[in-house]
Amino acid sequence: MRDSRRARIVLAVLLLLSLAFVVLDARGSADGLRGTASNVFGPLERAATSVTRPIGDFFSAIGGIGSNAERADQLQARNDELETRLRELESDAARVEQLDELLGLAGKARYRIVPAQVIAVGPTQGFAFTVTLDVGREDNVRADQTVINGQGLVGRVVSVGRRTSTVLLAIDPSSSVGARLATTRQIGLIDGRGDADLELQLLNPRAQLEPGDALVTFGSRGSPFVPGVPIGTVTSVRGTPGSLSRVARVAPYVDFNALDLVGVVLGRPADDPRDSLIPPSPTPSPTASPAPSPTSPAEASPGSTQAPASPGPTATGG
Amino acid sequence: MGPRAGRALLAGLLLTVSVVLQVSVLSRLPLPGATPDLLVVVVASWALKRGSTEGAIIGFAGGLLLDLAPPADGPMGLTALVLAVCGYLAGLVADEADRSAFAPLVITVLVSLLSVTLWAGLAALVGDPRVSWSALAGQWFAQALYTAVMTPFVLPLVHRLLGRLEPVTTRW
Repeated sequence: MRDSRRARIVLAVLLLLSLAFVVLDARGSADGLRGTASNVFGPLERAATSVTRPIGDFFSAIGGIGSNAERADQLQARNDELETRLRELESDAARVEQLDELLGLAGKARYRIVPAQVIAVGPTQGFAFTVTLDVGREDNVRADQTVINGQGLVGRVVSVGRRTSTVLLAIDPSSSVGARLATTRQIGLIDGRGDADLELQLLNPRAQLEPGDALVTFGSRGSPFVPGVPIGTVTSVRGTPGSLSRVARVAPYVDFNALDLVGVVLGRPADDPRDSLIPPSPTPSPTASPAPSPTSPAEASPGSTQAPASPGPTATGG
Repeated sequence: MGPRAGRALLAGLLLTVSVVLQVSVLSRLPLPGATPDLLVVVVASWALKRGSTEGAIIGFAGGLLLDLAPPADGPMGLTALVLAVCGYLAGLVADEADRSAFAPLVITVLVSLLSVTLWAGLAALVGDPRVSWSALAGQWFAQALYTAVMTPFVLPLVHRLLGRLEPVTTRW
């Protein structure tokens, strides 16, 4: 039964009531009511939420599919970017380490060096025996300069361009380096064999030679090599003392497969570093302490100008 | 007083459930434009069955509950006012609604649009800064859509519940 007059009266009353509430709320007196309501509705709402949340999440997931896919793409792109940067940083860290070693070695001996990068490897089957550096005449590089890296002798410069130069590696069959045994100061010649090892021939056939002995460059005046650069260690000896030849195999300190950062030695040092640059060996071998006294590295015949090998503390502390 | 008490009880339960559903469930759905207004549908359904007087009362009660229940942020009493008016108006055309099958749906949708408009207008009067014409226009479309979706489910349910309480059942 629709009683329109009654309905209108009721409506009017309700409207007034509503306005009363509005006013009350505006004056701040309705907060108590709100508090009571929240005590009643709070638990109900929590219960309803816990029951329906999985459904809501499902719909949210669907609704968010577009933006999720986009976000996934963005994250993927950023991830790729970061991975690339990480790889770059790692390779930079490796370079820094090489540079450190190189400068450390050069600094100990006070070589003046130009750091350079191997930018090309000469084409040969198996090992490549020449490499190209990214320094040349403009960088004061000249032919017949020694090339080293943080580990030891790499080779010598054979030809120089304006901005590049070619290095003949020590393992090249045509490479021949004057060498000295670090301990006994015996002189010999180290040749490349075209493979991983070098060959040592001592001048004095009666000289003592044992596996593990370290070799450095002799560096006589007029030789392209500066003195004191570590070359390698003896791995095996052929022939016996007294035979006509004493030949030994030498494992080089430098890894010729992994040449990257090298240094070209610009000038001869004032003093012969002797054996101060040799890395500490696992087997304790007495090494002479470096004497800053200028010894003429020229025509030194075995036994004449050499001080007796005195066991002393190794001087590689740097 | 039996059926009236029964109706009052039903009203209380129905309104509480609707408010909780609206606030905890419907508001959380990531639906664009507007939140589906379950309460106005319940109020309109009730009014279409029981007339303007009850429609106004139900609207007022439901609106007040919505204003009070957390998260209560608008000026209290506004929803009560709006829904009271909507319930009254829905009840006014209750007679016409019996004539066709689509009429209740159309009426409910129109009433829901009115509720949105009234609410926005009153909120602007009271000084709520969130109201704007562009927001309102967006709400109209969404509100009409969601109401149209909900009404076919809610209205028969309300009518059936009311019918259970009536002492005399009319057979269709």
